[in-house]
Amino acid sequence: MTLRGSVWKYGDNVDTDAIIPARYLNMSTAEELARHCMEDIDTSFAGAVQPGDMIVAGENFGCGSSREHAPLAIKGAGVSCVIAKSFARIFYRNAINIGLPILACPEAVAGMEKGDVLSVDLEAGTITNMRTGQIYHTTPFPPFIMGIIQAGGLIPYTREKMK
Amino acid sequence: MLRGHTLAEKLIASHVPDSAGVRPGDLVEVSVDVVLANDITAPIALREFESLGVSRVFDPAKVVLVADHFAPNKDIKSAEQCKVMREFARAQGILHHYDVGRMGIEHVLLPEQGLVLPGDVVVGADSHTCTYGALGAFATGMGSTDIAVAMATGSIWMRVPETLRIEYTGTLQPWVGGKDLILYTIGQIGVSGALYMAMEFAGPVVESLPMAERFTMSNMAIEAGGKAGLFAVDDATRAYVAGRATRDYRVFASDPDAVYARVLTLDVTSMEPQVAFPHLPENVHPVCKAAGIKIDQAVIGSCTNGRLEDLRIAAQILAGRHVHPDVRCIVIPGTQQVYLDALREGLVETFIEAGAVVSTPTCGPCLGGHMGILAAGERAISTTNRNFRGRMGHPDSEVYLSSPAVAAASAIAGTIVHPDEVMQ
Repeated sequence: MTLRGSVWKYGDNVDTDAIIPARYLNMSTAEELARHCMEDIDTSFAGAVQPGDMIVAGENFGCGSSREHAPLAIKGAGVSCVIAKSFARIFYRNAINIGLPILACPEAVAGMEKGDVLSVDLEAGTITNMRTGQIYHTTPFPPFIMGIIQAGGLIPYTREKMK
Repeated sequence: MLRGHTLAEKLIASHVPDSAGVRPGDLVEVSVDVVLANDITAPIALREFESLGVSRVFDPAKVVLVADHFAPNKDIKSAEQCKVMREFARAQGILHHYDVGRMGIEHVLLPEQGLVLPGDVVVGADSHTCTYGALGAFATGMGSTDIAVAMATGSIWMRVPETLRIEYTGTLQPWVGGKDLILYTIGQIGVSGALYMAMEFAGPVVESLPMAERFTMSNMAIEAGGKAGLFAVDDATRAYVAGRATRDYRVFASDPDAVYARVLTLDVTSMEPQVAFPHLPENVHPVCKAAGIKIDQAVIGSCTNGRLEDLRIAAQILAGRHVHPDVRCIVIPGTQQVYLDALREGLVETFIEAGAVVSTPTCGPCLGGHMGILAAGERAISTTNRNFRGRMGHPDSEVYLSSPAVAAASAIAGTIVHPDEVMQ
């Protein structure tokens, strides 16, 4: 599957309160949450993000709370993929579990600017920056995790296993 | 010859059927003793549970549901979320569903009620589930979907973590305790310093640390990116669970030849009370560097510091003194039992006479939910665990993290101070 979209770039340690402030945790659907995604650190994001756009960030993306509302808000905003230098542990699990593609690739993050258009091939694990022509290779997921991704998330994966 | 195992490896291996031992990096299916969710994470978990097509939870005695974040219901949407959880609990016959009147802040409540014991594996849809590591249990936070699967199947996949062992040596100064130790540690290693790892707290200083302070330290392992924050079981742990445990428990310890990703030794002798400046828990400085910073609010409570021992320290400082006229001081007992004990000991009277407000147990202001939200430009000192931008309210407000002693002293002074300054 190939994804294509423009870059929204952020720094290190983007926490889950930044992704979706706790004052909105009295809601739980992706559509509702998406309207407030990133609003405390970037008021322009929720209104301007286009389907397919990508979030590119530094180290420890998604640190803090276990709230699954964070990847849900990002997915609900139409973001096709999050690329970061590294991810916080719970966010990493949550994103995979709900079927939000995430890629850890420090080199790619360093070579990108806001507004760059990227093409991401999830199977091949490659990220192409269409502005520079540079191609980056990500570390492939372990087979077990790839199994969850291919099943479409942890729920379909578990449903299959419980049969 | 094969090397020994860490406490984290042993706890996980004991919950993997037919395991001959696990190593860091192994991906394993782990059976769980307790599965936890709260009023903000349960609604998503229950939706996912339903989509699994399962009719019953794996064991109604091992699923714990606590209405603590936005409870007592702060608005209609929160009321609906608590209702979803309550109806599920009733339909499933969940034994441990804690609603208003019996509830407390989950990570103060579960150990208090004896629901988590040494040797357990616990998963919770709350990042501070790592608090139970203080009991020698492997406890870690996950998202709602993971928790839905654990509720249905009684097991969940985990990656066996490497362990970062931290040994504390030296002698603690007055007014320096568990909160200062963990803040200092996060300041040293950073908010991703233990990413994907189990933290193991050890050394002579923590061996003599009371349980309440161990809970505080384990609680904040996640603030360094940690998967768990573990203590070895000792006499203090056994004394804590005696009278609470209603089932047998198992005790594990790291082997002397266990291999660690890193061993860090920290001498605490010259350590002052610590304060984490906005907007990351790693921005830690000794309290003297925060001197003179004016505050509008002081919050004493939370899953980090809402235990009776924490309230006793705050009361000791507030007794016979007055909260500064420009400060709102909010004290939040962690559970109904903590509240009742504080009442009987006269602590609540002390707080009220000092001009503080005493709230029902709730996570409330810690995550900017209710009961003490900050306006733009306002600043709080808080015994909670996170000071991210906007955490306690407006994105232009600020949170400084500290111990109950520093928070109480600062509430009196109106500026951040060392407790010695108001106790003279």
